[in-house]
Amino acid sequence: MQVTSVLREPLVTGGKTVADVSHDISRQVEGKPSRLWWYAFGISLVLLTVGAYACWMLLWHGIGKWGLNKTVDWAWDITNFVWWVGIGHAGTLISAILLLFRQRWRMSINRAAEAMTIFAVICAASFPAFHMGRLWLGFYWALPLPNTFGSLWVNFNSPLLWDVFAISTYFSVSLVFWYMGLIPDFAVIRDRAVRMGATTRAAIYNALSFGWDGAARTWSRYESVALILAGLSTPLVLSVHTIVSMDFATSVIPGWHTTIFPPYFVAGAIFSGFAMVLTLLIVTRKVFKLEDYITIYHIELMNIIIIITGSIVGIAYITELFIAWYGQVPAEWYAFYNRATGPYWWAYWSMMTCNVISPQLFWVKKIRTNIMATFILSIIVNIGMWFERFVIIVTSLHRDYLPSSWTMFHPTIYDVGQYVFTFGIFFTAFFLFAKFFPVINMAEVKSIIKSTSEKK
Amino acid sequence: MESNKHYVVGIFNDEDVLLHAVEHIREKGVKIQEVYSPFPVHGLDDALGYRRSRLPIASFLFGMTGTILALATQMLMLGYDWPMIIGGKNFVSLPPFIPVTFEFTVLLAAFGMVGTFLVVSDLKPYKWPRTFDIRSTDDKHVMAIDLASNKLSKDQISQILKDNGAEEVNEKNF
Repeated sequence: MQVTSVLREPLVTGGKTVADVSHDISRQVEGKPSRLWWYAFGISLVLLTVGAYACWMLLWHGIGKWGLNKTVDWAWDITNFVWWVGIGHAGTLISAILLLFRQRWRMSINRAAEAMTIFAVICAASFPAFHMGRLWLGFYWALPLPNTFGSLWVNFNSPLLWDVFAISTYFSVSLVFWYMGLIPDFAVIRDRAVRMGATTRAAIYNALSFGWDGAARTWSRYESVALILAGLSTPLVLSVHTIVSMDFATSVIPGWHTTIFPPYFVAGAIFSGFAMVLTLLIVTRKVFKLEDYITIYHIELMNIIIIITGSIVGIAYITELFIAWYGQVPAEWYAFYNRATGPYWWAYWSMMTCNVISPQLFWVKKIRTNIMATFILSIIVNIGMWFERFVIIVTSLHRDYLPSSWTMFHPTIYDVGQYVFTFGIFFTAFFLFAKFFPVINMAEVKSIIKSTSEKK
Repeated sequence: MESNKHYVVGIFNDEDVLLHAVEHIREKGVKIQEVYSPFPVHGLDDALGYRRSRLPIASFLFGMTGTILALATQMLMLGYDWPMIIGGKNFVSLPPFIPVTFEFTVLLAAFGMVGTFLVVSDLKPYKWPRTFDIRSTDDKHVMAIDLASNKLSKDQISQILKDNGAEEVNEKNF
């Protein structure tokens, strides 16, 4: 018996039953990977290897290999860090905030989005970790642990230290949230393996599922855990990019010293995170034939979030510019004037075009329900968001207080190499996830099959 | 495991049929051992008469522990153990301590609650669950009734299950 709501578009198409959900999602894990998967995985490994060489050189010779100079002493490293952290915001937003708002369309996309979050945060963390020079001592220095300097403690007044706590907490809590969702689905794969007689797979997935049995008592506790985790993650996800923005906002550099940064960064993070989710899911749904679960309707809803957050970001840019002029502080106004018309004008206008103008195309229903258009725009948005961080960081620094020290920033191949390395980590991890883990939350999708599945 | 536990196992296809069945079967005075479902069925815990989980309280207590620990640590380190002048600010001032305190609160609340959940639900990597019907993680809702804790006979319970919409009624001994 299947019931379709007349008010809303179905979230699962193709007349799927509960058993179909188990089958469609689990068979990706059970079968041999396709040729396409091997190609994609191979390319990721190449990126990882090339990038690892650059990282090795950075460890061996030090971060003098980066293209930084005395004036521009923060550039690609922090740009890439903020970019990845921003991308890492969509997953927990989808699973936590949309859970609190009872948005059931999150159920098909939350698993992959959360995985993406976790991998993006790992990529982000690699930049400050390398920046500390001695990777192996970095965490020891960053945490308030007793040390040989007479216990000289870390500086709790510094936003950089808040970042250590914010990002490590965000990573661990997101990981736990993601894993909690995976537990019942691992049990599905285990029981299918038992029925197929694949004992090794059954044993592995049983261990991963912590011996889950789906008892009503456990489900009842599980639901309350999920709700509280969502409640905890909601302020957490907002706090992370707020604190990242404070790395800049609490300084006194013109162009950084603005109180609008926290909300503006959070909106930008959600904007770029959703764009990356779209890029990945459009490919994943095609490769794994999940068009019935991740429908055009899902893509459209995500595009609507992109319009909203993109517009917030646009308003933030204009507000920032207006306040710089209205405030009449010469240094502040010059920082903004220089952004738009100075030697980095191309970066500023790339940012404006990609982030403010291009998402407005999604007002047209034909564009926001077109897969190819969405795919291209989602990549453009992430290019724009990379330029946003580059513009904020480099253009505020490259013309400092002494005109004699004005200069430009030129990345070296090691800057590029480390960025490539993070792409290697990200895609290698994502493809491994897509092969070995269920890419859609089966338990949650099953719970809405009866009410929101399309009748055949 | 001892092989003297006898269960009657009812298999249900639809969650709404299951919910009504649970209510009717309990009204008849039959004690249900447990219901196993592939997905959370809303209202099933109430129908089975389970108490609301106290995990939120555990989470709150863990969170408060985090708050106190983080605040105390920061105040002791920067205010007492090694006071340092940073930008001419007070050694102990609350606002800059809030971000770390907040993050640590969330960290302990989340980990403490999930840890408690795993312990009270007896979930651990080296445990194999007792399976009444392997389809309970796929698409069937499985109701297990322990014969030892019920006065009615096996046939009576099977009949009640069938009357309330069970697709199949099986027996399972452990």
